[in-house]
Amino acid sequence: MNALVENGPALLFYVFGALALVSAVGVVALRNPMYGAISLLTSFLSVAVLFLLRNAEFLAMVQIFVYGGGIMVLFLFVIMLINLHRLAEVKKFSAHMPVVALLVVLMIGVFGWFFLQTGFGPAFTQPDVFDHVGGVKMGNPEAVAMALYSPANLVPFEIASIFLLIAMIGAVTLGRRQ
Amino acid sequence: MLEVTTNHYLVLSFALFAIGLFGVAARRNMITVLMSIELILNSVNLNLIAFSYQLSDLTGQIFAIFTITVAAGEAAVGLGILIALFRLRESTQLDKATELKG
Amino acid sequence: MKDLVWVIPILPFLGAFLNGVLLRGRVDKKTAAIIACAVTGLAALLAIGVIWDYTHDAAYAGGKAFEHDYYVWMPAGPVHTLAEGVKNFNIPLGFLIDPLSCVMLFVVTFVGFLIHVYSVGYMAHEDGFQRFFTYLNLFMGAMLLLILGNSYAVMFVGWEGVGLCSYLLIGFYFKEEFPPYAGRKAFVVNRIGDFAFVIGLGTLVATFGSHKYTEVFSAVRANPAMMQGAGYLGLTLAGFIALCFFIGATGKSAQIPLFVWLPDAMAGPTPVSALIHAATMVTAGVYMVARSNAIYQLADGVNMVVAVVGALTAIFAATIGLAQNDIKKVLAYSTVSQLGYMFLAAGLGAYSAAIFHVMTHAFFKALLFLGSGSVIHAMGGEQDMRKMGGLKKHLPHTYKTFVIGAAAIAGVPGLAGFFSKDEILHNAAAGGHWILWAVGMVTAGLTAFYMFRAVFMTFHGPFRGTHEQEHHLHESPPSMTGPLWILAVGAVIAGWVGIPKILTLGFLPENVFGHFLEPVFAPILAPIGEHHAHHVSAGLEIGLMLGAIAVGAIGIFLAWRAYGGERGTAADDAFAARLPGAQRVLANKYYVDEIYDATVIRGFWATCRGLFRFDAGFIDGFLVNGVRNVTVEVLSLSSSLFDKYVVDGLVNGVGKLMNVGSRLFRRVQTGYVSNYALVLAAGMFALVCVFVLMRMR
Repeated sequence: MNALVENGPALLFYVFGALALVSAVGVVALRNPMYGAISLLTSFLSVAVLFLLRNAEFLAMVQIFVYGGGIMVLFLFVIMLINLHRLAEVKKFSAHMPVVALLVVLMIGVFGWFFLQTGFGPAFTQPDVFDHVGGVKMGNPEAVAMALYSPANLVPFEIASIFLLIAMIGAVTLGRRQ
Repeated sequence: MLEVTTNHYLVLSFALFAIGLFGVAARRNMITVLMSIELILNSVNLNLIAFSYQLSDLTGQIFAIFTITVAAGEAAVGLGILIALFRLRESTQLDKATELKG
Repeated sequence: MKDLVWVIPILPFLGAFLNGVLLRGRVDKKTAAIIACAVTGLAALLAIGVIWDYTHDAAYAGGKAFEHDYYVWMPAGPVHTLAEGVKNFNIPLGFLIDPLSCVMLFVVTFVGFLIHVYSVGYMAHEDGFQRFFTYLNLFMGAMLLLILGNSYAVMFVGWEGVGLCSYLLIGFYFKEEFPPYAGRKAFVVNRIGDFAFVIGLGTLVATFGSHKYTEVFSAVRANPAMMQGAGYLGLTLAGFIALCFFIGATGKSAQIPLFVWLPDAMAGPTPVSALIHAATMVTAGVYMVARSNAIYQLADGVNMVVAVVGALTAIFAATIGLAQNDIKKVLAYSTVSQLGYMFLAAGLGAYSAAIFHVMTHAFFKALLFLGSGSVIHAMGGEQDMRKMGGLKKHLPHTYKTFVIGAAAIAGVPGLAGFFSKDEILHNAAAGGHWILWAVGMVTAGLTAFYMFRAVFMTFHGPFRGTHEQEHHLHESPPSMTGPLWILAVGAVIAGWVGIPKILTLGFLPENVFGHFLEPVFAPILAPIGEHHAHHVSAGLEIGLMLGAIAVGAIGIFLAWRAYGGERGTAADDAFAARLPGAQRVLANKYYVDEIYDATVIRGFWATCRGLFRFDAGFIDGFLVNGVRNVTVEVLSLSSSLFDKYVVDGLVNGVGKLMNVGSRLFRRVQTGYVSNYALVLAAGMFALVCVFVLMRMR
């Protein structure tokens, strides 16, 4: 039991990390996009857990809400719209898939090795940054909110909102039937 | 005691990134491509969070919020394009969209 | 007054300038004539003044030369001479007055002025009136330069100048075909003589380093041995120079072999023939020899050559004159013959006799020519004596003066020609040159004969011309007859300055002329030439003189017998019938021109053509053009190849490269988005690798 508790975070990491990887592979490898979408959802949720392991609670929630609840729903709607016609079975991968596969393997190899042997200093040296606001422990959302609405990040915030507006208009315009 | 360091997170995020890249480059289905793009953006988020933890800096998380925002917007527009293209080509195969050929 | 000597040549040049440049085409004939005659008249007056001043100036008594250099014309620099080592050779422009130049000055200006006046009447109806007087004045200026110059260089300027004017005036009627040809012939033949003359001038520089008379002659007189030492071409130095000068004189003064231009020069207007080809220009050669007497005195062999050529020319020309029908041609050959006499005298060392004959000849030959001009004028341009006859009724003044001139030339005693011719023959005899004397005697007889033949054919007997000519006959205006009479007076009295001792009869002045000129012809070695060592006895002298008179009388008599009275041209026809060959030869002047043409001229032309062909064909054609062809071909070929393969190749190569490259790179644009994504990924991967590697280093 102690071992479980002690190694809990690591275990969780490995489990959900593997899940994320497998579901990512599923996204890429599954023929039916519906299945791919579900797989993607799984990946997102796994990543949300991984966020939690790194003291990013708010962001984990945001991930679930936005990605899972928003983007995935959008995808599913579109898939359903498109796949209505029961399209013919065609090749899954494009012609140059082997090249891409090779490239990807190469990349993983090189960068994987590189990342593994990078040295970092001590992590999480100031845990209070994540959930203390003005010395008072208030929780991660509050801390993020304080940081987000601070003068440094306000302008990007506003720009992001405008961006969303534009995206909305664009999506509506593109989706219209002429 | 098993230690999960930032290195692990880096490797994991890069693996997700690479898988997403594979999907973008090697799949014919338009929807799958878009989903792979989301995967990529997600892996980036993971990276950001890992470093935010490492450096004890909230900036990483803030940035991740923006990334998510952008991903959302981009997904919406991308799907809009996809629908428009689907209506034009009557197919979800990316091979059919070759106007840039030449 | 002597100091104004330089004005004398300037005046005619001024007249030429006014009539020829400034006032050309702007004044009427009368003004042009006044300008021309005025300058000549003034020059004549000034000449008399200068001569008077010179002869009465005690500082120059005894014939000392007055000379003045006006400026240095050619400062040529040091030259290596034979006589005096390295000397600075300068040619100044200067004039010299001594007895010889006084005589020449008087003759040229006086006779020249008279002829100018005559020309006003003669040329009154001609085109180119102003041009005529321009040239005539130009000639006067050049002739005066010739005789007044104090150096050979200045004389040569005048020499060439009179040659030029001779050409201009002979070819005066340039619209016809023959006169320009005759002018060219005169100029070219002159030039041949001038070639030798210039060699002589050069030898003078090489020997003495100077052209000035005073310097040259004093050097010659100081070095007689050197002058008689080795020269060039196997002659002595003096001989060589003398020969070169004499060849120039044969050209200018129409001796054998270069006399051929003088008869053809009759194509010019008659006053020109009178002035240039009788009185002045042709005597330039004699003047030159007389001026160079110091050199000639030391040139024994050449002296003989001069005398023999002179004598031969005299008799040769006289024989031709017998068979001529053109009145001017008769006078032309007569001039050649009389010039021969002058050179005969000069060759014998009798320089003052030669100059004496120059003076008397100027008077009577000018008179004869002007008289013939009067006749031609009356005959409306006809010059053939066979168409004349009986003109003494119509042209009394012309007739009388012409007869006086003919008598003078024939040696009628008391007239000018008698004294001068007699002196020449006397010198020949006294020197023991009996053959030359005989030739001179025969020539005298021939002279009298052909001269009076001309007189009788022209003025006596029936008129043989056309009716219109007969109507046209009239005596010339006083502007023409006036000079005739003045010259006639001269032809009579000019000889009286040279009365030989025998005839002085105790009271007449003996040989004023000869004494006057003595200082100029001062002997160097012995009495002039060794030949004058002998003297003829008084009796022999009288005898010879009577012989000459007799010969002349016989000549006149025979002419009367043949042509006088009403006989007209019958004698000529009889001669032609009896001796047709001889008549033809004489009438055709021994075919001299034809011989020259066939040999010298044709040979020369052939050589020229051959050289031209060589130059044009071989040098131009083969060498120059050949080289050009080769270089052009090679260059053009190589440059075309270069252009085609290298330059174009480069250009086309770039194009092809672009083509190939673009075709290659086009394949990148597959159109498949997946491909683009792949490339994107690969590129990104590479970049990151590079970045990381750099970081790691």
